[in-house]
Amino acid sequence: MPKSDNSWSDERVELIVGLFLRIGVIVASFFVFAGGIYYLTRYGSAFPEYKIFSGEPADLKSVHGIVADAFSLRSRGIIQFGLLLLMFTPVAWVAFLLLAFAKQKDLTYVLVTTVVLAVLLFSLVGKYLYG
Amino acid sequence: MNVIEFTSLVWLGSYLAGLVGALTGLGGGVVIVPLLTLAFGVDIRYAIGASLVSVIATSAGAASAYVKEGYTNIRIGMFLEIATTIGALCGAFLASQIHTSWLAVIFGVVLIHSAYLSSKPRRDGPGADRPDPLAARLRLDGSFPTAKGRQAYHVHAVPAGFGLMFSAGTLSGLLGIGSGAVKVLAMDHFMRIPFKVSTTTSNFMIGVTAAASVGIYLNRGYIDPGLSMPVMLGVLMGSMSGARILVKTRTRLLRLIFSAVILVLAVEMIYNGLTGRV
Repeated sequence: MPKSDNSWSDERVELIVGLFLRIGVIVASFFVFAGGIYYLTRYGSAFPEYKIFSGEPADLKSVHGIVADAFSLRSRGIIQFGLLLLMFTPVAWVAFLLLAFAKQKDLTYVLVTTVVLAVLLFSLVGKYLYG
Repeated sequence: MNVIEFTSLVWLGSYLAGLVGALTGLGGGVVIVPLLTLAFGVDIRYAIGASLVSVIATSAGAASAYVKEGYTNIRIGMFLEIATTIGALCGAFLASQIHTSWLAVIFGVVLIHSAYLSSKPRRDGPGADRPDPLAARLRLDGSFPTAKGRQAYHVHAVPAGFGLMFSAGTLSGLLGIGSGAVKVLAMDHFMRIPFKVSTTTSNFMIGVTAAASVGIYLNRGYIDPGLSMPVMLGVLMGSMSGARILVKTRTRLLRLIFSAVILVLAVEMIYNGLTGRV
């Protein structure tokens, strides 16, 4: 292990990562729960329709649509915003590891982590790149 | 059944799945899709979307506890995630090409195989072995805590493990599961990484793998907030309570029962797929 900078040792990085993931899940769960309660008070007596697949409306399928829905305090938008935070938690984690490997001057793993981060970003926001 | 009743029942089912999944170490994610499709009549595409979300939540939720124990090897995880994330993208693309009936059949077969893998005896501790040059160059070798202090281990068969991880990722993206059983198989049996290191590193990787395909599912409109909400909260709370009581209970009988449940669900998924009911 390169000991160029002790504050970026593997053990410390792993601990920060663990804490980071937990906070991500807690914050995401908060939004999902709050949006869920609001959703149940609004649509609780309606009938769920999941037998026939019709896909989600456009605003609940894209990052900007979800953020816009959440900001206008729509119940399904708030839940979806929480789910979006959850999806980005591993991405933020990988980004943090990239920084940690860079600080350790571990070029092999800077490359490895960059590839993983690129795949994740392609999946989540790639739609905006290829139209 | 109105939305409140539906949500409560799905939450309860997901909680139990997460609880038993954590107690047995088989993971709660594998039973979510059969539960939603068979018991609640949910379309398999919505079910896979909700399951993927819950897989990310449990993986990230359990990570901080595992990290403190000092078993996880982030380099192994990150290196193999190249294979799992690319596999997951392929799986998610494949899912839109395959008829849902076939998805159900493949799901059933994978369920049976996972239950079989999990019932196999664990290999304990690294034997006397020489370092593998490729693993050494990638700095995958590590050490883990034992009663006598940290014990070093060497990683082997990197290409085989990498290949199997690609398959694990594809299954994860195709079926919305964590595919932890295949990941542990790759690390434990092929790469000869100590069991505890394999399972905790696999837990880390599951969340990142699922995140790679979840974006595709979101863009395709498979992630429904009303359905994913009780599934995610249920599985997460269930697995966290499971992790807490893990040490106190005898899990052998529970594992047996859960494996039997998985087997029944698998047969039912395959039957419904073949008869075109899913």
